[in-house]
Amino acid sequence: MAVSEQQRLSYISAQAADARLAVELQTEEMTLNLGPQHPATHGTLRIVAKLDGEQVVKADVICGYMHRGYEKLTEVRTYPQINTLINRIDWLSSFANEVPFILAAEDLMEVEAPPRAQWIRTLFFELSRIANITLFIGEMGVQLGAITPVFFAFRDREYVLNLIEEATGGRFHPNFDRIGGLKDDLPKGWIAETKEAMRRIRGYCDELEDLLMGNEIFEARTRGVGVIPADVGLSYGLSGANIRASGVDWDLRRDAPSPLAWKELDWKVWTHPDGDSFARYWVRLQETREATLMVDQLLDGLPSGPIQAKVPRIIKVPAGEAWAHTENPLGEMGYYIVSQGGLGPFRVKIRSASFHNISIVPWLLKGVYVPDIITILSSLYFILGDIDR
Amino acid sequence: MSSADPTAGATTATDDRQQALLEDLTTRLGDAVAGSHIRSGDLWIRVRPDAWVRAARECKAMGFDYFCYLSGIDWLPHTWPNPKVIEGVQPDAGEEGAVPEDPNAVAEPEPDEPAAGDEIVTGFAGGDTRFQVLARLYSTVRHIGVTLKADLDDVAPTIESWISEYPGADWCERETWEMYGFDFVGHPNLVKLYLPGEFEGFPMRKDFPLLAREVKPWPGLVDVEQFPATYKGDD
Repeated sequence: MAVSEQQRLSYISAQAADARLAVELQTEEMTLNLGPQHPATHGTLRIVAKLDGEQVVKADVICGYMHRGYEKLTEVRTYPQINTLINRIDWLSSFANEVPFILAAEDLMEVEAPPRAQWIRTLFFELSRIANITLFIGEMGVQLGAITPVFFAFRDREYVLNLIEEATGGRFHPNFDRIGGLKDDLPKGWIAETKEAMRRIRGYCDELEDLLMGNEIFEARTRGVGVIPADVGLSYGLSGANIRASGVDWDLRRDAPSPLAWKELDWKVWTHPDGDSFARYWVRLQETREATLMVDQLLDGLPSGPIQAKVPRIIKVPAGEAWAHTENPLGEMGYYIVSQGGLGPFRVKIRSASFHNISIVPWLLKGVYVPDIITILSSLYFILGDIDR
Repeated sequence: MSSADPTAGATTATDDRQQALLEDLTTRLGDAVAGSHIRSGDLWIRVRPDAWVRAARECKAMGFDYFCYLSGIDWLPHTWPNPKVIEGVQPDAGEEGAVPEDPNAVAEPEPDEPAAGDEIVTGFAGGDTRFQVLARLYSTVRHIGVTLKADLDDVAPTIESWISEYPGADWCERETWEMYGFDFVGHPNLVKLYLPGEFEGFPMRKDFPLLAREVKPWPGLVDVEQFPATYKGDD
C-alpha cells in the first residue's frame, strides 16, 4: 500500500485540525441540516453537521428515506423476478447490478453462459459504466459552481442510453441478463452506432478535461480536500475509483476470477496517489475514457455463437451458498446468495458500493469547512438507491 | 441440525490457495474454528462466538485489509413464497381482499420443492443455532477473500463489535442490529440506521411477516414462456 508523502501530510494536518478544535475556545455550536433534498445527494440523504464557526465538528449521516427492503423482498421472489428488483439499486447503471447476481446464481447452478453472451455482458457492463460516470464528471462541476459541464453530461449520456435502449428495450432498467445467457442478441447496425457514440464520449472526456481539470477554481476547491489514506479507506470498505484514487491498485475486473471478457482486453487500471477529491475526479475521468476503448475492443472481438446456455424453463437453484462480486461503476458490488433449493433464494445479502463508500463520511467530514462538505460528498459519488437498497 | 452441503469433498486445483489459507487460519485461531468449507474458489470459516473479534484481528494481521460487509442470517425455515397459515388462526374474513375467495387461486406448492419442515438447515461451515452473524474480508494484495460466520444465541443474540478492528463495521452492525436484533457489545452508537426510531420488531427475521404477501398471496408461476424449440443461434 503506497501512502504518498502528500497523503501522509494531509492526514497529519487533519489530525492536527482535530486536536486544535478540541483546545480552541469553543463558540456556540450551530447545527446545519444538509438535505434530505440537496442536489449533491443524488436522492434523499440528510447530513446533520454540527458547526463551530465554519468548521464541522461532527457530522451525522441519516439515510433510510428510500429504503425499499430488497433483502426481505428477495426472500419471496423467484430469481427472474429478483433480476427486475435489483435493477433499481444503482439506477444509473442498472445492467451492472444484474451481472453479479446472475453470476452468483450461475455459480450455484453450475451453468456458464456461452462466450458471445459473456462478451455482450461485458459490453453492456462497460456501457453502463460510461452512462453512470459520464453524469458524475459533469455533475461534479455543477456542485462546485460550473454550470456548463452538466449540460454536456446529459447531452452525451443520451447517446449511450439510446444504445442501451435500442438493444435491450429499457433506457434505465434493461433487465437484460438471464441465468445462462442474455435475453436477446444485438440488433443490426448497432455496432457501427456504438463506435460513433464512443468517439463522442471520448470527445466529451477531452472537453471536460479542458473545461474543468485545468480550471484554477476547480483545482483550488478539490486539491487536498477530503483526503482518504489508503489503509483507512480500505478498513471502511471503500472500493472502486474512491480507493484507486488513494493509490490502491485494485480492480476486480483484473484481479478477481470472472467469466466475463475483461481478461481478454488490453486496458489499464488507473490510480492516483493523492487520495483527495481531485484524485477521485481524475481517476473517474480516465476510467470513462478507458471504458470507451474497452467497448471498441469488445466490438471488434465479439465472438459468434449462441447467447443462451441450456437451462431449465423454470429456474431452480440447488442448495448452497455463493458469493459473486464485480467492479461496478461505484465500486465493488456483490451478492451473497443462500439457497436451500427451490424457486427462490433463502437469503440474499446485497453488498452495494455506495453504502460503504458513504460510511466513511462522518470520519471524513470532521474538521472540514462548510463548502468542502459538498465537494467531498460529490467527489465520493454515491447513488441513494445504492445506499438504501 | 444438518448441513446442506452438496459439494463437500469436491475440491479442485483452484481451491489450493483457499486450502492453504484455511490451514494458516486454523493454526492462528486454534480450536476457535468450529467449521469450514471450500467451494469454487471461496472459503467459509465458522468461528466460536467468543473468538469473533480475535478472528478479525488475526485476519487483519494476515493482510485482510479490506472490509467487505457484515450481516446476519436467520436460519428459521420459511414457507416459500407465501406465509404459513398458522392452524387455529382464522384470517379476518370480513376485510375485503384479506383472503382469496377461491382456494384454487393460490397455487399448490410444487411437489419437488423442499418440504418446509421445522428443522433448521444451516449452510456452509455448519451451525448450531438459529442466528448467525457473517462477514467477509478481502485482501487487496493477495486477492483472496474469506467469509466468517459465528453462531449466536436464539433468545438473546449478542456478539462483540468489530469496530475496533474495522471501523467500516459501524454501519453494518447498526443495520444488522435493527434488522435482526443482534446486540453488538462495544458499539458506541447502536441506533437505527434505516428504520424510523419508533419501529418495533426485527424485519429481516424469518418470523416477521411481510405484509404484502399477507394481504395478497402470490398466485404462483403462471404464463411461463416457452423457449424456441430449435434455437439456431445468430444468422
